[in-house]
Amino acid sequence: MKRRLVRLIPLALFAGLAVFLYRGLGHHPDDRESALIGREFPGFSLATVADPDVRHDASLLAGEVTLVNVWGAWCPTCREEMPQLLTLAERGVRLVGVDYKDTREAATDFLTTFGDPFAVNLFDPAGSLGFDLGVYGAPESFLVDREGIIRYHHTGYIRPEDVEQEILPRVQRWRND
Amino acid sequence: MAQRLIRAMWLVGLVVLLGVASAASATIEVRDFDDPQLARRYTTLTHQLRCPKCQNETIAASASPIAADMRERVAAMLEAGRSDREIQDFLVQRFGEYVLYRPRLSPRTWLLWGGPFVLLGLGGAILAWRVRRRTTPRTLDAAERRRLNSLLDREERP
Repeated sequence: MKRRLVRLIPLALFAGLAVFLYRGLGHHPDDRESALIGREFPGFSLATVADPDVRHDASLLAGEVTLVNVWGAWCPTCREEMPQLLTLAERGVRLVGVDYKDTREAATDFLTTFGDPFAVNLFDPAGSLGFDLGVYGAPESFLVDREGIIRYHHTGYIRPEDVEQEILPRVQRWRND
Repeated sequence: MAQRLIRAMWLVGLVVLLGVASAASATIEVRDFDDPQLARRYTTLTHQLRCPKCQNETIAASASPIAADMRERVAAMLEAGRSDREIQDFLVQRFGEYVLYRPRLSPRTWLLWGGPFVLLGLGGAILAWRVRRRTTPRTLDAAERRRLNSLLDREERP
């Protein structure tokens, strides 16, 4: 009896490994938690897309729960994300854009074509704020609470179902906090 | 016929490989350091940092824009006299532990670093146990003794 159990050990090991590896197959490697969750939004000093003479710093995010969306006119998925961002703006979410590695002309064209849901659009042509945010591919979104702490990170594009399921409940939660 | 086909396939494979290799190297900039020590540290660091965009490439090998940004930052920080540890911390703060190809020893990675040694010890223990069991003499029980005697008798008879 004991011998038979010992013989089952390799089978059990194999089954365990198979389950572990199978789960790894379904896991999307881009779904990593941002290293910035729970930390203060990085400091910056940037002009806006609309006006090269304005300067904004991190105090822009104080006082209200804000969704910071990193985008660029060069990014095709950002185009597909715009309707969702417009819906979020209509539903009263404050959006701040970070126009990442872009030109003012392309960005302005993009906003006239696809709509402008942003309260402010920071202009980050060198990608310095993007780098400090750990952005490695637009679009990415960060939910920042009233104290300027990053609470949630959304990698990739916000799908239509994410508006109700992911973003709005979290905005609500941090507004009540 | 089959051999010729195989040879042709090898050739095609080689050409494709060379093409890919030259395409990849063509997009990575060459960086000059005045100090050869910095150049060495740059090479080591960029080969141990993982590109966050492309799962299985170092930032030294990756042609993605974010890897280029990271290389630039590593070079700038080296020139500014920052330590390897500071540079790694700087990148981990932004992109997470993911970027380290050599994970640091922390409670989260104890299993990763210690696992192989635990398994080695376990294997050694099992081996020692089995060897010892095989070499310790064992006394025969009554049935075995009878069988042994009958076999020995049969040997002696002719």
